[in-house]
Amino acid sequence: MILTSAALAILVTMTLAITRALLGPTIYDRILAVNMFGTKTVLLIAVIAAIAGRGDYLDIALVYAMINFIAIIAVMKYFEYGSLGHAGDDAAPDHTGENQEGK
Amino acid sequence: MIFEQLIDIFLLAFLAVISIAIVRIRNVLTAVMLFGIYSLVSASLFMLLDAADVAFTEAAVGAGISTILMLATLSLVGRDNEKPLVKKKISFLPLIIVLVTGATLVYGIVDLPPFGAADNPAQTHVAPRYIFQSMSEIDVPNLVTAVLASYRGFDTLGEVVVIFTAGIGVLLLIGGRRREEENTDE
Repeated sequence: MILTSAALAILVTMTLAITRALLGPTIYDRILAVNMFGTKTVLLIAVIAAIAGRGDYLDIALVYAMINFIAIIAVMKYFEYGSLGHAGDDAAPDHTGENQEGK
Repeated sequence: MIFEQLIDIFLLAFLAVISIAIVRIRNVLTAVMLFGIYSLVSASLFMLLDAADVAFTEAAVGAGISTILMLATLSLVGRDNEKPLVKKKISFLPLIIVLVTGATLVYGIVDLPPFGAADNPAQTHVAPRYIFQSMSEIDVPNLVTAVLASYRGFDTLGEVVVIFTAGIGVLLLIGGRRREEENTDE
């Protein structure tokens, strides 16, 4: 019973996250919504694993958490540097100038 | 089970809402973000269908790699800011074709055997042999692994070759370009 209500609560939260992703005025709202949606997916899979009694699903939930993390890191890097191939530390001035033009 | 059906309904509704939003939205980056959500939802659906490996692939490829690939593409080609939605008059011929095709597909579903029934062709053809004899024939505890790595080993070998070739191609494309840039920098 408690698992069912937990799953329902997660589904409602997912709905709210999607609403924010659709409405969100700035792109950062949407990124946050996607990140949160990923987290809720992890939780939902964990709850489904508990309901179905299949502990091996938890591994998949963990992998989802990692994938979500990597994707968000890539998105944030794109926003910070304007490209994904950027190393980050040695910010060459001509490169950043190029990217700002690109934006 | 009613509860699983409830989750199914929720997730399918999410899919419909997100796809409509992706079509309607004018900002490319937002569309990429929504693609990520779409992949996560479909991966959850696959999980509910007990297809853990498919769900795993969907999450890794759909939410992980494609998001990054699309962002990389955007960073190369640049992105325009939101273009206003151009009002076109609705053309009816494509709409009718799509509706007829969809109706035909739904009509085709009627003939399908009920979902998950024990006497479905999928359950009666080779599945019993996999289930009852794979342990004695192959001695691998995981059924899916036994099927993929042994019964369909040749097929899997072909897939691995395809993926390997694709990996080499991608490495040649990306790696070659980066080396060139380094040379010009020096």
